[in-house]
Amino acid sequence: MTVTWQTLADALSLGGIYALMAVGIGLVFGVLRLVNFAYGQLIMAGAYAIAYASVWGWPSWAGILLCFGVVLALSVLLDRLVFRPLRTHSPAVMLVATFAIAFLLQSIAVLSFGQLGTVASTLGPLNQPWDIGGVEIRKIAIVSIVIAAVCLALLQLLLTRTSVGLQMRAAAMDFRTARMLGVRANRVIGGAVLISGLLAAISAFMLTARNPQVTPIFALDDTIIVLAGVVLGGLNRPIPATLGGFTIGFASGILGGGLPTNQSQYLPTFLFGAVILVLLVRPNGLFARGGSEERL
Amino acid sequence: MRRVVELAAPVALVLATALLGLAVSTALQTYFLDTLVKVAIVVALYVFIGNSGVLSFGHISFVALGVWTAGVLTVPEGQKNAIMPGIAHFLLHTNVGNAWSLVLAAAVGLAFAFAVGLPLMRLSGLAAGIATFGVLEIVNNVLRYDDRIGPGLNAFSSVPETTGIWQAAIGALICVVVAYAYQRSRYGRQLRATREDPAAASAAGISIYRQRLLAFAVSGALAGLAGGLYVHLLPIEIDSLYLDLTFITLAMLVVGGSGSLLGAVVGALAVGGLDSFLSAAENGVDIFGWHLNLPTDTSALTVGALMALVLVYRPGGLTGGHELSLALPRFRKDGDG
Repeated sequence: MTVTWQTLADALSLGGIYALMAVGIGLVFGVLRLVNFAYGQLIMAGAYAIAYASVWGWPSWAGILLCFGVVLALSVLLDRLVFRPLRTHSPAVMLVATFAIAFLLQSIAVLSFGQLGTVASTLGPLNQPWDIGGVEIRKIAIVSIVIAAVCLALLQLLLTRTSVGLQMRAAAMDFRTARMLGVRANRVIGGAVLISGLLAAISAFMLTARNPQVTPIFALDDTIIVLAGVVLGGLNRPIPATLGGFTIGFASGILGGGLPTNQSQYLPTFLFGAVILVLLVRPNGLFARGGSEERL
Repeated sequence: MRRVVELAAPVALVLATALLGLAVSTALQTYFLDTLVKVAIVVALYVFIGNSGVLSFGHISFVALGVWTAGVLTVPEGQKNAIMPGIAHFLLHTNVGNAWSLVLAAAVGLAFAFAVGLPLMRLSGLAAGIATFGVLEIVNNVLRYDDRIGPGLNAFSSVPETTGIWQAAIGALICVVVAYAYQRSRYGRQLRATREDPAAASAAGISIYRQRLLAFAVSGALAGLAGGLYVHLLPIEIDSLYLDLTFITLAMLVVGGSGSLLGAVVGALAVGGLDSFLSAAENGVDIFGWHLNLPTDTSALTVGALMALVLVYRPGGLTGGHELSLALPRFRKDGDG
């Protein structure tokens, strides 16, 4: 196994992107008890926005703006139409529902944009290497490490220093008690969905820069791996979720880049083997909050 | 009497589908065959998910193992080297007939589900969903890339195409009858008790873990059998036994109503029929003089939307989780089934 500087930088940036996605999934889980399987399709929609903006000849900033608009609109729409009506159902039912939404969005993409995909060429310059002390590293790797670090720091501030952030954390601990103490359910859920959407849009931008070929299954594999990482870390607390996402992104970046193909193709087996092991070592899973649920 | 009616309804539906399949042209018959195999898969899903109330994303991996077992053992010996160049020696020279390949597919499904269930059946809720999803990922990953045990990314071609309408119908009927026998047995009732109220069931001395494990193994066997039927139907690839099939079969179960055997069969037939019709229309069909030609993936779109709508507005599914009953419905507040 050989690890070059480029591999290391790529792995760090993948870890950063996955950490953001993990927080995005974790925040919504915290307030809604909903594992959003369709998160990857939100990112896919954002990536298509960038790709089509580039096809229409828009400058890259306009494409990124469109990406934010599309992803935010779609997350609010999903929240209103699907997540809120299902709020009282069991987490398993909601997981199945988001599974259905994921397929729905994917087939809408196939219907409207075709199977083959579109190239987001405006972000091409970000794929050029930078020469740092004789070592060549792709710009996007550096950019996404910086963006991820800034976003995570801002999130930490939001969650610990603002009232909506504190309410979100309180709701993640115990939604019912939080409501009794005056936390407005809709405000907290709306906030979490919006932030989660913002993170999806940012991830869409960075993933598109890494891989400009946007297809209907864009970010599907990434989401599956991030879900595994979030489970490893712990879903309803932001920091463990972030760490889980980062670890699994970094590990798959290093192993995927450093190992020969005939070994790295078995990466999902190792990752999911690890997930199952973690779930088993803590029999209630890392999902149980406060250890009070599902003790049977 | 009640038992006869409850079992007769799903059996009659399967038989009616088979008879209808006999009446139509060969081209159309493919859709009926496919739907009958899906009935078998959905009933297998129902045995576990319906009776236990625990979610499983892993059952398609049992189907995949059934496909693999029956496929690898029935490719004619002369062609094994051509289809599976890297195949291990002991698989190269082992061949069985049609019936044995189906029995072995069920046996492999049973053994694997039991082995996986031993650790995993301690989990429930979301953790069970994610862990079984992991099983699906791992089985798919290994079967896809390890060419010592199978054709890898290639299709299982040259497998004798023995799944005609009768084999498909008999296979689906076996699944229905086993599922019914299981749910009426004391084990099935115990598991349903744990679904309704885990705490009370535990207090009554039911081991949730054991009952779930038993149901998981039984449904694994049925899923393996369904896989055997599938590979004898058409040259199938491992890649088509992954997320798409998981999605469509879960959609069938949810739309029909995961609380009853009738729901599983009705859901499989209704969604299967709709899906078949739309897939046919994607290639262009003529109905009543109208020429209908839908764009690709319309069927996935419709099924996805249907599933989401049912989950939001009618969580009990079409049947509301009830078996067919001749008695007049009693007046009561209708729950979610």
